[in-house]
Amino acid sequence: MWQWFHKLGSPRWFYQISGRVLPWLALASVVLIVSGAVWGLGFAPEDARQGNSFRIIYIHVPASFLALAGYYVMAVAGAVGMIWKMKLADMVMVAAAPLGAALTFIALFTGAVWGKPTWGTYWIWDARITSMLVLLFLYIGIIALSRSFSTRETSARACAILALVGTVNIPIIYKSVDWWYTLHQPATIKLTGAPSMHPDMFKPLLVMILGFYCFYALVLLLNTRTEILQRESRTTWVKQLAQSK
Amino acid sequence: MKPERKQRLLVVVFIVVVAGLVVGLLSYALRENINLFYTPSQVAAGEAPTHQQIRVGGMVVTDSFQRASDSLESSFFVSDGSATLLIHYSGILPDLFAEDEAAVATGSLGDDGVFIAQQVLAKHDEEYTPPEVADAMQQAIDKKAKAESTGAQQGESKIRNMPEASY
Repeated sequence: MWQWFHKLGSPRWFYQISGRVLPWLALASVVLIVSGAVWGLGFAPEDARQGNSFRIIYIHVPASFLALAGYYVMAVAGAVGMIWKMKLADMVMVAAAPLGAALTFIALFTGAVWGKPTWGTYWIWDARITSMLVLLFLYIGIIALSRSFSTRETSARACAILALVGTVNIPIIYKSVDWWYTLHQPATIKLTGAPSMHPDMFKPLLVMILGFYCFYALVLLLNTRTEILQRESRTTWVKQLAQSK
Repeated sequence: MKPERKQRLLVVVFIVVVAGLVVGLLSYALRENINLFYTPSQVAAGEAPTHQQIRVGGMVVTDSFQRASDSLESSFFVSDGSATLLIHYSGILPDLFAEDEAAVATGSLGDDGVFIAQQVLAKHDEEYTPPEVADAMQQAIDKKAKAESTGAQQGESKIRNMPEASY
Protein backbone atom coordinates (compact mmCIF):
# COMPACT_ATOMS: atom_id res chain seq x y z
CA MET A 1 0.00 0.00 0.00
CA TRP A 2 2.85 2.36 0.79
CA GLN A 3 4.58 1.48 -2.47
CA TRP A 4 3.35 4.51 -4.42
CA PHE A 5 4.13 6.76 -1.50
CA HIS A 6 7.77 5.68 -1.36
CA LYS A 7 8.00 5.85 -5.12
CA LEU A 8 6.69 9.42 -4.96
CA GLY A 9 9.53 10.15 -2.61
CA SER A 10 12.03 9.54 -5.38
CA PRO A 11 13.00 12.88 -6.94
CA ARG A 12 13.96 11.22 -10.20
CA TRP A 13 10.60 9.50 -10.60
CA PHE A 14 8.79 12.72 -9.67
CA TYR A 15 10.82 14.70 -12.20
CA GLN A 16 9.87 12.33 -15.01
CA ILE A 17 6.17 12.10 -14.12
CA SER A 18 5.73 15.85 -13.56
CA GLY A 19 7.35 16.56 -16.93
CA ARG A 20 4.47 14.78 -18.62
CA VAL A 21 1.81 16.75 -16.74
CA LEU A 22 3.38 20.19 -17.30
CA PRO A 23 2.14 20.92 -20.86
CA TRP A 24 -1.45 20.02 -19.93
CA LEU A 25 -1.36 22.19 -16.82
CA ALA A 26 0.13 25.06 -18.82
CA LEU A 27 -2.57 24.73 -21.46
CA ALA A 28 -5.37 24.55 -18.86
CA SER A 29 -4.11 27.59 -16.93
CA VAL A 30 -3.68 29.73 -20.05
CA VAL A 31 -7.11 28.82 -21.42
CA LEU A 32 -8.91 29.27 -18.08
CA ILE A 33 -7.16 32.48 -17.01
CA VAL A 34 -7.39 34.17 -20.41
CA SER A 35 -11.05 33.25 -20.93
CA GLY A 36 -11.94 34.06 -17.31
CA ALA A 37 -10.19 37.43 -17.48
CA VAL A 38 -11.78 38.43 -20.79
CA TRP A 39 -15.19 37.29 -19.56
CA GLY A 40 -14.87 38.91 -16.15
CA LEU A 41 -13.18 42.14 -17.18
CA GLY A 42 -14.95 42.66 -20.48
CA PHE A 43 -18.34 40.99 -20.47
CA ALA A 44 -19.59 40.53 -16.90
CA PRO A 45 -22.03 43.28 -15.86
CA GLU A 46 -20.69 46.07 -13.67
CA ASP A 47 -21.74 46.32 -10.04
CA ALA A 48 -24.67 48.59 -9.23
CA ARG A 49 -22.82 50.52 -6.53
CA GLN A 50 -19.11 49.99 -7.15
CA GLY A 51 -19.22 50.27 -10.92
CA ASN A 52 -16.24 48.78 -12.69
CA SER A 53 -13.91 48.80 -9.69
CA PHE A 54 -15.51 45.57 -8.44
CA ARG A 55 -13.78 43.74 -11.31
CA ILE A 56 -10.61 43.52 -9.25
CA ILE A 57 -12.40 40.62 -7.52
CA TYR A 58 -11.39 38.46 -10.50
CA ILE A 59 -7.77 38.72 -9.39
CA HIS A 60 -8.17 39.39 -5.67
CA VAL A 61 -10.35 36.41 -4.73
CA PRO A 62 -8.47 33.69 -6.70
CA ALA A 63 -5.11 34.99 -5.44
CA SER A 64 -6.38 35.00 -1.83
CA PHE A 65 -7.81 31.47 -2.21
CA LEU A 66 -4.49 30.11 -3.43
CA ALA A 67 -2.50 32.08 -0.86
CA LEU A 68 -4.45 30.25 1.87
CA ALA A 69 -4.64 26.84 0.16
CA GLY A 70 -0.96 27.10 -0.77
CA TYR A 71 -0.04 27.51 2.86
CA TYR A 72 -1.59 24.13 3.62
CA VAL A 73 0.30 22.60 0.69
CA MET A 74 3.51 23.97 2.21
CA ALA A 75 2.70 22.91 5.78
CA VAL A 76 1.55 19.40 4.80
CA ALA A 77 4.70 18.96 2.71
CA GLY A 78 6.71 20.12 5.73
CA ALA A 79 4.96 17.62 7.99
CA VAL A 80 5.44 14.74 5.52
CA GLY A 81 9.11 15.66 5.18
CA MET A 82 9.48 15.72 8.93
CA ILE A 83 7.67 12.43 9.65
CA TRP A 84 8.93 10.29 6.75
CA LYS A 85 12.23 12.14 6.24
CA MET A 86 11.25 12.47 2.61
CA LYS A 87 13.57 14.73 0.63
CA LEU A 88 11.01 15.44 -2.07
CA ALA A 89 8.53 16.79 0.48
CA ASP A 90 11.14 19.26 1.72
CA MET A 91 11.68 20.40 -1.83
CA VAL A 92 7.93 20.94 -2.34
CA MET A 93 7.81 22.96 0.90
CA VAL A 94 10.70 25.19 -0.17
CA ALA A 95 9.16 25.54 -3.66
CA ALA A 96 5.75 26.56 -2.27
CA ALA A 97 7.01 29.44 -0.10
CA PRO A 98 7.90 32.09 -2.72
CA LEU A 99 4.80 31.22 -4.72
CA GLY A 100 2.58 31.68 -1.67
CA ALA A 101 4.32 34.92 -0.75
CA ALA A 102 3.71 36.31 -4.24
CA LEU A 103 0.02 35.36 -4.15
CA THR A 104 -0.41 36.87 -0.67
CA PHE A 105 1.22 40.06 -1.88
CA ILE A 106 -1.11 40.18 -4.91
CA ALA A 107 -4.13 39.70 -2.60
CA LEU A 108 -2.99 42.52 -0.28
CA PHE A 109 -2.06 44.83 -3.15
CA THR A 110 -5.29 44.38 -5.14
CA GLY A 111 -7.25 44.75 -1.90
CA ALA A 112 -5.55 48.09 -1.20
CA VAL A 113 -6.18 49.32 -4.74
CA TRP A 114 -9.86 48.39 -4.38
CA GLY A 115 -10.09 49.70 -0.82
CA LYS A 116 -9.28 53.29 -1.72
CA PRO A 117 -12.29 53.95 -3.99
CA THR A 118 -14.63 51.68 -2.02
CA TRP A 119 -13.85 52.19 1.66
CA GLY A 120 -11.98 55.46 1.38
CA THR A 121 -8.62 54.09 2.58
CA TYR A 122 -5.83 51.88 1.22
CA TRP A 123 -5.15 50.18 4.50
CA ILE A 124 -6.84 49.50 7.82
CA TRP A 125 -5.63 47.34 10.69
CA ASP A 126 -8.70 45.13 10.85
CA ALA A 127 -8.55 41.42 11.69
CA ARG A 128 -8.75 40.16 8.09
CA ILE A 129 -6.09 42.43 6.64
CA THR A 130 -3.73 42.15 9.60
CA SER A 131 -3.91 38.34 9.64
CA MET A 132 -3.27 38.34 5.89
CA LEU A 133 -0.17 40.47 6.50
CA VAL A 134 0.94 37.92 9.10
CA LEU A 135 0.57 35.26 6.41
CA LEU A 136 2.89 37.24 4.13
CA PHE A 137 5.45 37.45 6.95
CA LEU A 138 5.13 33.69 7.59
CA TYR A 139 5.88 32.95 3.93
CA ILE A 140 8.82 35.38 3.93
CA GLY A 141 10.03 33.88 7.23
CA ILE A 142 10.08 30.41 5.68
CA ILE A 143 11.98 31.64 2.63
CA ALA A 144 14.54 33.30 4.92
CA LEU A 145 14.76 30.31 7.27
CA SER A 146 15.25 27.84 4.42
CA ARG A 147 18.35 29.76 3.34
CA SER A 148 19.91 30.39 6.72
CA PHE A 149 21.19 26.90 7.61
CA SER A 150 24.25 25.16 6.26
CA THR A 151 22.75 21.68 6.44
CA ARG A 152 19.61 20.79 4.51
CA GLU A 153 18.24 18.61 7.27
CA THR A 154 18.27 21.32 9.96
CA SER A 155 16.87 23.82 7.52
CA ALA A 156 13.99 21.52 6.52
CA ARG A 157 13.18 20.78 10.15
CA ALA A 158 13.14 24.46 11.16
CA CYS A 159 11.00 25.42 8.17
CA ALA A 160 8.55 22.56 8.81
CA ILE A 161 8.09 23.64 12.44
CA LEU A 162 7.48 27.27 11.47
CA ALA A 163 5.09 26.18 8.70
CA LEU A 164 3.16 23.97 11.12
CA VAL A 165 2.88 26.69 13.77
CA GLY A 166 1.68 29.07 11.07
CA THR A 167 -1.22 26.81 10.03
CA VAL A 168 -3.16 28.29 12.97
CA ASN A 169 -3.34 31.55 11.03
CA ILE A 170 -5.29 30.07 8.11
CA PRO A 171 -8.64 29.45 9.86
CA ILE A 172 -8.17 32.82 11.58
CA ILE A 173 -7.87 34.60 8.23
CA TYR A 174 -10.82 32.67 6.86
CA LYS A 175 -13.15 33.24 9.83
CA SER A 176 -11.86 36.70 10.91
CA VAL A 177 -14.72 38.50 9.18
CA ASP A 178 -17.27 36.42 11.11
CA TRP A 179 -15.56 36.34 14.50
CA TRP A 180 -14.76 40.05 14.84
CA TYR A 181 -16.03 43.38 13.58
CA THR A 182 -13.93 44.18 10.53
CA LEU A 183 -14.04 46.64 7.66
CA HIS A 184 -13.56 43.80 5.19
CA GLN A 185 -16.87 42.29 4.12
CA PRO A 186 -17.77 38.65 4.87
CA ALA A 187 -17.24 35.94 2.26
CA THR A 188 -19.21 36.23 -0.98
CA ILE A 189 -18.55 32.61 -1.91
CA LYS A 190 -19.83 30.33 0.82
CA LEU A 191 -19.09 26.66 1.34
CA THR A 192 -22.76 26.09 2.07
CA GLY A 193 -25.43 28.00 0.23
CA ALA A 194 -25.50 30.16 -2.87
CA PRO A 195 -22.93 32.92 -3.42
CA SER A 196 -24.24 36.42 -2.72
CA MET A 197 -23.34 37.45 -6.23
CA HIS A 198 -25.26 37.51 -9.49
CA PRO A 199 -24.58 34.36 -11.59
CA ASP A 200 -23.38 36.51 -14.53
CA MET A 201 -20.64 37.86 -12.29
CA PHE A 202 -19.99 34.61 -10.43
CA LYS A 203 -19.35 32.30 -13.40
CA PRO A 204 -16.23 34.13 -14.67
CA LEU A 205 -14.96 34.26 -11.09
CA LEU A 206 -15.28 30.48 -10.87
CA VAL A 207 -13.34 30.11 -14.12
CA MET A 208 -10.62 32.40 -12.75
CA ILE A 209 -10.40 30.41 -9.49
CA LEU A 210 -10.01 27.15 -11.44
CA GLY A 211 -7.43 28.84 -13.66
CA PHE A 212 -5.47 30.02 -10.64
CA TYR A 213 -5.52 26.48 -9.18
CA CYS A 214 -4.02 25.12 -12.42
CA PHE A 215 -1.51 27.98 -12.52
CA TYR A 216 -0.55 27.30 -8.90
CA ALA A 217 0.00 23.60 -9.62
CA LEU A 218 2.04 24.48 -12.70
CA VAL A 219 4.35 26.93 -10.94
CA LEU A 220 4.68 24.64 -7.91
CA LEU A 221 5.80 21.78 -10.17
CA LEU A 222 8.23 24.04 -12.04
CA ASN A 223 9.69 25.36 -8.77
CA THR A 224 9.98 21.83 -7.36
CA ARG A 225 11.69 20.58 -10.52
CA THR A 226 14.24 23.38 -10.31
CA GLU A 227 14.83 22.51 -6.67
CA ILE A 228 15.26 18.81 -7.59
CA LEU A 229 17.83 19.59 -10.29
CA GLN A 230 19.76 21.86 -7.94
CA ARG A 231 19.89 19.39 -5.08
CA GLU A 232 20.49 16.30 -7.21
CA SER A 233 22.99 18.00 -9.50
CA ARG A 234 25.73 15.54 -8.52
CA THR A 235 23.71 12.40 -9.31
CA THR A 236 24.24 10.51 -12.55
CA TRP A 237 20.69 10.88 -13.86
CA VAL A 238 20.83 14.70 -13.68
CA LYS A 239 24.25 14.69 -15.33
CA GLN A 240 22.91 12.48 -18.11
CA LEU A 241 19.91 14.76 -18.49
CA ALA A 242 22.16 17.79 -18.79
CA GLN A 243 24.33 16.09 -21.40
CA SER A 244 21.46 14.88 -23.52
CA LYS A 245 20.07 18.39 -23.93
CA MET B 1 4.07 2.77 10.65
CA LYS B 2 7.51 2.53 12.21
CA PRO B 3 7.72 3.62 15.83
CA GLU B 4 10.07 6.56 15.16
CA ARG B 5 7.74 7.83 12.42
CA LYS B 6 4.82 7.52 14.77
CA GLN B 7 6.74 9.57 17.30
CA ARG B 8 7.50 12.27 14.76
CA LEU B 9 3.83 12.28 13.72
CA LEU B 10 2.94 12.91 17.37
CA VAL B 11 5.43 15.79 17.44
CA VAL B 12 3.71 17.32 14.40
CA VAL B 13 0.27 16.95 15.98
CA PHE B 14 1.61 18.39 19.23
CA ILE B 15 3.04 21.47 17.47
CA VAL B 16 -0.22 22.21 15.66
CA VAL B 17 -2.40 21.64 18.74
CA VAL B 18 -0.22 23.73 21.08
CA ALA B 19 0.12 26.56 18.55
CA GLY B 20 -3.64 26.46 18.06
CA LEU B 21 -4.28 26.60 21.79
CA VAL B 22 -1.86 29.48 22.36
CA VAL B 23 -3.22 31.59 19.52
CA GLY B 24 -6.81 30.65 20.38
CA LEU B 25 -6.46 31.72 24.00
CA LEU B 26 -4.60 34.89 23.02
CA SER B 27 -7.21 36.00 20.54
CA TYR B 28 -9.97 35.07 22.99
CA ALA B 29 -8.37 37.24 25.67
CA LEU B 30 -7.81 40.10 23.24
CA ARG B 31 -11.13 39.75 21.40
CA GLU B 32 -12.31 43.25 22.32
CA ASN B 33 -9.07 44.75 20.97
CA ILE B 34 -9.27 42.78 17.75
CA ASN B 35 -12.70 44.23 16.97
CA LEU B 36 -12.21 47.15 14.63
CA PHE B 37 -15.06 49.26 16.00
CA TYR B 38 -17.67 49.63 18.74
CA THR B 39 -21.33 49.13 17.86
CA PRO B 40 -23.95 51.75 18.80
CA SER B 41 -25.29 49.26 21.41
CA GLN B 42 -21.87 49.07 23.06
CA VAL B 43 -21.66 52.86 23.08
CA ALA B 44 -25.16 53.11 24.58
CA ALA B 45 -24.19 50.59 27.26
CA GLY B 46 -21.19 52.73 28.18
CA GLU B 47 -18.61 50.18 27.06
CA ALA B 48 -16.83 52.65 24.78
CA PRO B 49 -14.38 55.12 26.35
CA THR B 50 -15.08 58.84 25.94
CA HIS B 51 -12.56 61.49 24.78
CA GLN B 52 -10.35 58.81 23.28
CA GLN B 53 -9.65 57.89 19.70
CA ILE B 54 -11.98 54.99 18.88
CA ARG B 55 -13.96 53.67 15.94
CA VAL B 56 -17.69 53.12 15.78
CA GLY B 57 -19.58 51.33 13.05
CA GLY B 58 -23.12 50.58 11.98
CA MET B 59 -25.73 51.05 9.30
CA VAL B 60 -26.38 54.66 8.31
CA VAL B 61 -30.04 55.24 9.25
CA THR B 62 -32.45 56.05 6.40
CA ASP B 63 -33.19 59.78 5.97
CA SER B 64 -30.84 60.69 8.81
CA PHE B 65 -28.05 62.22 6.72
CA GLN B 66 -27.86 66.02 6.86
CA ARG B 67 -25.31 68.29 5.25
CA ALA B 68 -24.72 71.99 5.89
CA SER B 69 -25.28 74.09 2.78
CA ASP B 70 -22.20 76.29 3.26
CA SER B 71 -19.57 73.86 4.62
CA LEU B 72 -18.45 70.25 4.67
CA GLU B 73 -20.17 69.71 8.03
CA SER B 74 -22.45 66.71 7.98
CA SER B 75 -24.25 64.54 10.49
CA PHE B 76 -25.96 61.19 10.43
CA PHE B 77 -27.12 58.38 12.69
CA VAL B 78 -25.67 54.89 12.66
CA SER B 79 -27.61 51.95 14.00
CA ASP B 80 -27.04 48.28 14.75
CA GLY B 81 -30.72 47.47 15.02
CA SER B 82 -31.07 48.03 18.76
CA ALA B 83 -29.37 51.40 19.35
CA THR B 84 -28.42 54.46 17.33
CA LEU B 85 -25.59 56.95 17.60
CA LEU B 86 -25.31 60.48 16.21
CA ILE B 87 -22.10 61.19 14.29
CA HIS B 88 -20.82 64.64 13.31
CA TYR B 89 -18.25 64.80 10.58
CA SER B 90 -16.52 67.54 8.68
CA GLY B 91 -14.83 66.39 5.50
CA ILE B 92 -15.22 64.48 2.28
CA LEU B 93 -17.13 61.23 2.46
CA PRO B 94 -16.13 58.17 0.39
CA ASP B 95 -18.11 57.65 -2.83
CA LEU B 96 -19.81 54.55 -1.54
CA PHE B 97 -21.03 56.18 1.65
CA ALA B 98 -24.85 56.04 1.57
CA GLU B 99 -27.89 55.68 3.76
CA ASP B 100 -28.83 52.04 4.47
CA GLU B 101 -25.18 51.10 3.98
CA ALA B 102 -22.65 50.36 6.71
CA ALA B 103 -20.02 52.92 7.67
CA VAL B 104 -17.11 52.98 10.10
CA ALA B 105 -16.08 56.28 11.71
CA THR B 106 -12.85 57.12 13.53
CA GLY B 107 -13.04 59.86 16.15
CA SER B 108 -13.99 60.40 19.75
CA LEU B 109 -17.11 60.21 21.83
CA GLY B 110 -18.15 63.31 23.76
CA ASP B 111 -19.92 63.41 27.13
CA ASP B 112 -23.14 64.34 25.34
CA GLY B 113 -23.10 60.99 23.54
CA VAL B 114 -22.34 62.56 20.17
CA PHE B 115 -19.49 61.08 18.17
CA ILE B 116 -17.16 63.56 16.48
CA ALA B 117 -15.53 61.80 13.54
CA GLN B 118 -12.23 62.67 11.90
CA GLN B 119 -12.55 59.98 9.25
CA VAL B 120 -15.52 58.11 7.84
CA LEU B 121 -15.08 54.92 5.81
CA ALA B 122 -17.74 53.07 3.85
CA LYS B 123 -18.05 49.37 4.70
CA HIS B 124 -19.09 47.46 1.64
CA ASP B 125 -21.25 44.35 2.01
CA GLU B 126 -20.62 41.03 0.26
CA GLU B 127 -23.44 41.49 -2.25
CA TYR B 128 -22.63 42.04 -5.90
CA THR B 129 -25.48 42.90 -8.28
CA PRO B 130 -25.60 44.24 -11.83
CA PRO B 131 -27.34 47.66 -12.14
CA GLU B 132 -30.37 46.29 -14.02
CA VAL B 133 -31.00 43.69 -11.33
CA ALA B 134 -30.53 46.29 -8.58
CA ASP B 135 -32.99 48.61 -10.35
CA ALA B 136 -35.54 45.85 -10.71
CA MET B 137 -35.19 45.01 -7.01
CA GLN B 138 -35.53 48.69 -6.04
CA GLN B 139 -38.63 49.02 -8.22
CA ALA B 140 -40.19 46.01 -6.55
CA ILE B 141 -39.51 47.54 -3.13
CA ASP B 142 -40.90 50.92 -4.22
CA LYS B 143 -43.99 49.28 -5.65
CA LYS B 144 -44.60 47.44 -2.41
CA ALA B 145 -44.06 50.63 -0.39
CA LYS B 146 -46.47 52.51 -2.66
CA ALA B 147 -49.11 49.85 -2.24
CA GLU B 148 -48.70 50.04 1.52
CA SER B 149 -48.68 53.84 1.71
CA THR B 150 -51.97 54.11 -0.23
CA GLY B 151 -53.53 52.63 2.89
CA ALA B 152 -54.45 54.65 5.97
CA GLN B 153 -51.05 54.40 7.72
CA GLN B 154 -49.06 56.57 5.37
CA GLY B 155 -45.33 56.33 5.91
CA GLU B 156 -45.83 53.89 8.75
CA SER B 157 -43.47 51.31 7.29
CA LYS B 158 -40.66 53.84 7.27
CA ILE B 159 -41.11 54.63 10.95
CA ARG B 160 -41.19 50.96 11.78
CA ASN B 161 -37.83 50.52 10.09
CA MET B 162 -36.32 53.37 12.05
CA PRO B 163 -34.55 52.02 15.15
CA GLU B 164 -35.47 53.74 18.38
CA ALA B 165 -33.06 56.33 19.63
CA SER B 166 -31.44 55.25 22.85
CA TYR B 167 -30.61 58.59 24.36
